[in-house]
Amino acid sequence: MVPISYYLVLSGILFACGVTGFLIKRNIISIFMSIELMLNGVNLSFVAFAAQWHALSGQVFVFFVMVVAAAEAAVGLAIIIAVYRTRETLNIDQVDLLKL
Amino acid sequence: MTPNLHLWLIPLLPLVGATINGFSGKKLSRQAVASVALLFSGAAFAMVLYVASRFALLTTPHIEFLATWMRAGKFQVDFSFYLDQLSLVMLLVVTGVGFLIHIYSVGYMWEEGGFYRFFAYLNLFMFFMLTLVLASNYLVMFIGWEGVGLASYLLIGFWFTKDAAASAGKKAFIVNRIGDFGFLIALFLLIQHFDSLDFGQVFRSVAPISPETGGAGLLTAVGLLLMLGAAGKSAQIPLYVWLPDAMEGPTPVSALIHAATMVTAGVYMVSRSHVIFERAPIALTVVAIVGMLTALFAATIGITQTDIKKVLAYSTVSQLGYMFIACGVGAFSAAIFHLMTHAFFKGLLFLAAGSVIHAVSGEQDMRQMGGLWTKIPWTFWTMTIATFAIAGIPPFAGFFSKDEILWRAYQASWVYWFIGLFTAFLTSFYMFRLWFMTFFGEYRGQAEGGHGDSAHGHLDDGDTRAGAPAPHGHGIHEGPWAMVIPLVVLAVLSLIGGWIGVPGSLGGGNHFDKFLGPVFHSTTPAVDAEGHGVAAPAEQETEGPEPRTGHSTELLFTGISVFAGLLGFVLAWLLYYRDPQLPQRIATSLGGFYEAVVHKYYIDELYATLFVKPLIAGSALILWHGIDQDVIDASLDNSAHGASEVSDSVRHMQSGNLRSYAGWVAAGAAAVIAYMIWMGTR
Amino acid sequence: MTHLIIFLFFGALCVAGAVNLLVQRHPINSALSLVVVMGSLAVEYLLLGAEFVAAVQVIVYAGAIMVLFVFVIMLLNAGEEERSKGSRVALLFGIPGMLIGSVLVGWVLIERTGSQTVAAGALPGAPRTIGWLLFHNFLLPFEVTSILVLIAIMGAVVLATHPDTDAGKKES
Repeated sequence: MVPISYYLVLSGILFACGVTGFLIKRNIISIFMSIELMLNGVNLSFVAFAAQWHALSGQVFVFFVMVVAAAEAAVGLAIIIAVYRTRETLNIDQVDLLKL
Repeated sequence: MTPNLHLWLIPLLPLVGATINGFSGKKLSRQAVASVALLFSGAAFAMVLYVASRFALLTTPHIEFLATWMRAGKFQVDFSFYLDQLSLVMLLVVTGVGFLIHIYSVGYMWEEGGFYRFFAYLNLFMFFMLTLVLASNYLVMFIGWEGVGLASYLLIGFWFTKDAAASAGKKAFIVNRIGDFGFLIALFLLIQHFDSLDFGQVFRSVAPISPETGGAGLLTAVGLLLMLGAAGKSAQIPLYVWLPDAMEGPTPVSALIHAATMVTAGVYMVSRSHVIFERAPIALTVVAIVGMLTALFAATIGITQTDIKKVLAYSTVSQLGYMFIACGVGAFSAAIFHLMTHAFFKGLLFLAAGSVIHAVSGEQDMRQMGGLWTKIPWTFWTMTIATFAIAGIPPFAGFFSKDEILWRAYQASWVYWFIGLFTAFLTSFYMFRLWFMTFFGEYRGQAEGGHGDSAHGHLDDGDTRAGAPAPHGHGIHEGPWAMVIPLVVLAVLSLIGGWIGVPGSLGGGNHFDKFLGPVFHSTTPAVDAEGHGVAAPAEQETEGPEPRTGHSTELLFTGISVFAGLLGFVLAWLLYYRDPQLPQRIATSLGGFYEAVVHKYYIDELYATLFVKPLIAGSALILWHGIDQDVIDASLDNSAHGASEVSDSVRHMQSGNLRSYAGWVAAGAAAVIAYMIWMGTR
Repeated sequence: MTHLIIFLFFGALCVAGAVNLLVQRHPINSALSLVVVMGSLAVEYLLLGAEFVAAVQVIVYAGAIMVLFVFVIMLLNAGEEERSKGSRVALLFGIPGMLIGSVLVGWVLIERTGSQTVAAGALPGAPRTIGWLLFHNFLLPFEVTSILVLIAIMGAVVLATHPDTDAGKKES
């Protein structure tokens, strides 16, 4: 019998690692993977709560999150490819043309 | 069962004419514009005649209700029309003289630009004036009051490209406004104390109040404030300064508005409010004194002016002073009688002056005129009749009305009478001076052989000139028939117009006084046995009303005033016919005093220094620079500048660096989460 | 007891994978660490009884998405990360913000749930039940997500198309 809070702490840690990675990493693809990590953390907390409240819609939500994550990954990576083609770099600090 | 006479048609018809001419007049031909204007003003006159024919069937006052305007608690104002003998007289004068002047204007303004605009404004003026006269409460009267001020401004500044005309229009309107301020305060007092502005209700509420002989009270305040309004509209001291400048407008405008009708609105209003004034002797005395001083003051200026229209303007101010003297001594019907005859002869004088100016191709300086009586005979003879009328020579109209005023003034105080008499002498003098200078002697001008257009400030606004007479090149000539016929009609009226008011001492029945009797005598308790209401001025309490015992005294005074008129004639003949160099010698010998009079006692300059310049300077300094620029503009500018600065500092957030964006997002998310948790725990 | 041990073991594995993702400099190492994380998570799901979700996690997330990532890394020949001038804001505001946020959220959640426990396999996570939900209560979102996926596919194709291809087609 594992307390719910343990699952939630784990989910929180994963999310925090995802955010940290987003802030620290310089490679675009690494940043993207940090985003996926964040999503996973959130998925875990969804399922944990679903288990606690015996509400199946939590799992359905996880399903949708995954679909969206997949779509987002596809499109995001396509963008990264397009950016790489023009910028010849995967370093995010060098893709800063949108500054004012 | 009082018949419904549809009084609302009377003001409405000219309004329709004004609307038609105003909106579509530019595309119509001159004949069409003139026809529209004449049709609607003539229809108003016909309507008034119809009402007059049915007048005997009515119970007075006859009130026709149109619609409720506003209601606030106990206070209610309706659009309703009030007809009694006083309104009927005013209606006949306004529509009759107005119609004649419309006809005259067709001839006078035929070659001017802006023809349709002139008639639109003229009809608009008629609408407002008729509203003023027919109003059944002070507020609807105020609509008319303001409206005629507006029409006056529009018409004075008709040739608006001319600086002097535009300024004169502004001056008229602004000075009027000062008077209107007094009028409004009086209305507020009435609302506060009587909960109504309706004539019937106010006068019924006021009637039981005994005259305020001890000191100043509410009615005195109301009376004085109403007088302030009247002083503005009827050009009395201290608000007369706009009337001479108003001569910048076309001559028919001067005739209609500044002689016959609008300037008499003040007299009408004071007469209408006689119930209030009769219970405020102090106010009445002030009215009489103001009238007296104005009459004398303006007459003295009139004798030195050289512009023919300015002489007539000061003459108008002076004659209005007479009307206020009459009101001030309680002789309201005499005031209205003089108003009527004045409309005839002063209107005629202005129209004839316009004809003279037209004949000499725009010259208005009398020193450039002379010897015209053979060349423009119709104008000459009609103007002669008018001059005799204003000088008070029997049997012309002015004699009877002026004499009535002088007699009633004497009954109140010999001071009024004496000043009035002296002013009558001056009036006769300067009018005959004008007559001699304009028509007799050698012609001193340059109009022979050409037709310049200096008096017509031509505004060409592109309207067609179909049917305009061919440009004249043949010297001094009479105007078209459209200009001559009204002169003749008014001349006839100036001759016979006084005969309805022949006093008892001369064998007449004084029908005019009797006709207006029910208006002025029905509600006042202060009526002596013979039915002539006399208000006792505060300082004359010991004297009381003078009974009309002997007609001999009255005949004596009549003789004295005729003598004064003739004396003026003789003096003018001496100075301007027999020995034309004499005036110059007198003028130089009087030196500084003469200069002051010629410059109108420097009143305009005084007002300029005392009021106008400080006002303009204050306005520029405080309102313009201080508030408009430094507060309103500055706040706008500074807020825009501030927004720009804030956004300038904020834009550094958008560095293009994705990681910094992520940083901001994380920090912001943390802040939001913290806030939500805090809210949740509260 | 067993429940707890398994949970802790795979939980530790998750965290280790996540930290490794952060530490590694070459993206391929990060990708593989992420695969480890996802696998561990699948086990956690199984512990909770969400079998369908666990299966989908492995098939879709670890099996498809991560493969896509690896492919792209290979395609773009991503090398080790260079050192570059970072963003001060990210470090100054982001890290503390993240820490504060997660601590706050965690504190709230833990406080709310207290010592409520969940048994192993608590959820009825059979595909049948989930399918029922999907096609009855959540039909509309389901259909919408299918359109979303379609759009994502088209977007990805359009974005990633080699510009030369169009020109080449035009010339021929």
